[in-house]
Amino acid sequence: MVGAGIVGASCAYALTRAGVRVTVVDRGGVASGTTGAGEGNILVSDKEPGPELELALRSNDLWRNLDEECGGFEWDPKGGLVVAETPEVLDALTTFAETQRRHVPAADADAGAPPGAAGVVASLVPAADLREFEPHLAEGLAGGIHYPQDAQVQPMLAAARLLRASGARLVRTAVERFLVSGDHVTGVRTGQGDLYADAVVNAAGTWAGSFPQAPLPIRPRKGFILVTQPFAVPPVRHKVYTAAYVTNVASDAEGLETSGVIESTQAGTVLIGASRQRVGYDTAIDYTVLAKLAKQAVGLFPVLRTAQVMRAYAGLRPYSPDHLPVIGPDHRLGGLFHACGHEGAGIGLAPATAEMVTAQVTGGRPPVDPAPFAPGRFA
Amino acid sequence: MIEFRFEGRAIAAEEGQSIGAALHAAGIRSWRTTRFGGRPRGLFCAIGACFDCLLTVNGAPDQRACQTVARAGDEVGP
Repeated sequence: MVGAGIVGASCAYALTRAGVRVTVVDRGGVASGTTGAGEGNILVSDKEPGPELELALRSNDLWRNLDEECGGFEWDPKGGLVVAETPEVLDALTTFAETQRRHVPAADADAGAPPGAAGVVASLVPAADLREFEPHLAEGLAGGIHYPQDAQVQPMLAAARLLRASGARLVRTAVERFLVSGDHVTGVRTGQGDLYADAVVNAAGTWAGSFPQAPLPIRPRKGFILVTQPFAVPPVRHKVYTAAYVTNVASDAEGLETSGVIESTQAGTVLIGASRQRVGYDTAIDYTVLAKLAKQAVGLFPVLRTAQVMRAYAGLRPYSPDHLPVIGPDHRLGGLFHACGHEGAGIGLAPATAEMVTAQVTGGRPPVDPAPFAPGRFA
Repeated sequence: MIEFRFEGRAIAAEEGQSIGAALHAAGIRSWRTTRFGGRPRGLFCAIGACFDCLLTVNGAPDQRACQTVARAGDEVGP
């Protein structure tokens, strides 16, 4: 397993459960890349009907199981609240939620389930009821949509706990390249020598595309998070975000995009995002972006005006050309499997990704159709 | 020297000294407990980064003791 982020840790957990012996290799240790720079979101709310929503719904169920089986990672089924500034935006959100609700996961559709069964749960929140959900929300919003399935974990703890529970061996060293014999990957060359394996899983996140023998079109999309001082009683109950977030997630723009995304953590801090920028692997702080994020947050939650910001950091989301993750056997080399390119949804999608990879490595059939995620689709 | 009050007790401070440093010099090492474990907290990094040393100054909550300069007559508490 190349990578000890949430995807590598989840894959290690699922594979060892299936009886596979796993060694995880990461140059920085557990959650040292994108996993350690996010909010820990497990969302269905921001996903349009399609393969990613399918994976997200399956993952949402699996996260609930993981909390029971493993736990210790601040699992919080807090729900999401998407808010609209104007009646027009609320109409658009309502239509979007309706298409999500009508989406039936393929596995259930096969079994003859009606629309809405085991799918996205979403309900309209009129302006007058917003304060019941979020007492500190700004006045003047047109309404919102409540998504009770949205949840959150502490992502670094989740990766660490899953990896420990897996019993997999962790080697902290860089993977330099794959070892290839003919058209088959037989292991990896690391800073601490060669490791041989029947199968190699590439869960290297933002850096997963850069192995010369099996390149993938995965590139970084930078994002900032502000962390406030801890509150005794955090003023935000749900994951709260504006409609612009959904459009930004799916957008192809090169330049800076920001939208207000605000939520509390169990430590009492409030996390403020979200920005998206394509500026390569540069993680330098840009104060104009931070100022913009802070302003948006205060616009949604005026109570944050006096909150002190304790930290700010940037992370890199690994994105692919069609914004879908890259999961499955490599199309060039045998014995190599990819589990990467989850963009900003890696925490949410990790368990279903792990389930899919485990089925592919062990010759089983995953419940979610893997075809849309096949690495060969860019060839 | 100036004087401020911490939980009613008079604390001496040098002109320009932080509240955290003055408390430390007076032998007070902890003025807050963690939200879940109830464990004692005071100065940790002492350079404004960790937010472990928060206290209330003249009614304003969540001030960093290490970054807040003590002023004569300040009322300081957890």
